[in-house]
Amino acid sequence: MLNRVLFIVVLTVTLFMVTGAANASPVETFEFRDEVTKIRFQALSKELRCPKCQNQNLADSNSPIATDLRRELYDLLQQGKADSEIVNFMVSRYGEFVLYRPRVSSITYVLWFGPALLILIGVIVVIVILRKKPATKENLALSTQQQDKLQQLLESNKVKASQQSNTDKKDKE
Amino acid sequence: MNKIIRFLPLILVIALGVVLYRGLSLNPQDMPSALVGKTMPDFSLATLNDANRIVNKTDLVGDIVLLNVWATWCPTCKYEHPYLLEIANDPKLKPYVKLYGLNYKDERIAAQQWLTHYEDPYHFSIFDEQGTLGLNLGVFGAPETFVIDHHGVIRKRFAGAIDTRVWRKEFEPLIKQLISEKQKGE
Repeated sequence: MLNRVLFIVVLTVTLFMVTGAANASPVETFEFRDEVTKIRFQALSKELRCPKCQNQNLADSNSPIATDLRRELYDLLQQGKADSEIVNFMVSRYGEFVLYRPRVSSITYVLWFGPALLILIGVIVVIVILRKKPATKENLALSTQQQDKLQQLLESNKVKASQQSNTDKKDKE
Repeated sequence: MNKIIRFLPLILVIALGVVLYRGLSLNPQDMPSALVGKTMPDFSLATLNDANRIVNKTDLVGDIVLLNVWATWCPTCKYEHPYLLEIANDPKLKPYVKLYGLNYKDERIAAQQWLTHYEDPYHFSIFDEQGTLGLNLGVFGAPETFVIDHHGVIRKRFAGAIDTRVWRKEFEPLIKQLISEKQKGE
């Protein structure tokens, strides 16, 4: 019992250490005017992608260009620029690539509305399948006509079978 | 109709496979610059060789310009250097195309030594120590090369080293087009 508790404690601690290390990001010492600016900085640096790196945001990357852009972001915030102005500044230089949340435009319609469309298609397919009448006893049962025909077939088969067996016997003899 | 529906999932899977397979051979680094089609941003910076000589946009505009972003800390720039010399000395290009350097976030002394040691292919190099012009051009590394037409409009941005193959494929057709545009007076 004690062993198990110990094991869980050690596991939890190492897990925290590992995730802590993974979350470690480059830290510069920026002095912000106020708490709001700081939060905006953190939000924007998470939402803007480092142009050089394939899949890292500005907050995560320690490449030189990300460092420069964090500095630029800080400067723009200190100048009192609005978030949209800052985003426009970055996009006009580095393109839509830097946006982790792409704008809604004709080239991103598929991206924005594709998933909803797929869900819709899925729902329609499910509905169509469900609405198909399942096989019940009633429509499985044979009509009297069909039953007659079945009887006939069985009869004729019996006759054929007996004839066959007779010829077989003769062959053996 | 029913038969077609039965094959629909297979068709979809194959289509998805084709799309994803194509994606494997695309270069994710290759992205269009946001600045293609826009005019060259303004700047006012000293040249590398003469700290007292301030150059700006008007010093570039008028010719067909190749603006090459380079630095001594960039090993690929060293690989690219002989090809730049070749381009700068090409008698067919010389009357039309001018090669300028943008020394990006570098040290002046080291960069000057580089040019004396390896020979200077540029008409002049802009010394952009802070990377301000680089930022306005959307530069995110070196080497990068911009093609600017005689009106000062950025027509192409190429990230990576230029060599003979890249030059033929990426630059030559555009340069020819720009030369004919200029001769027509467009």
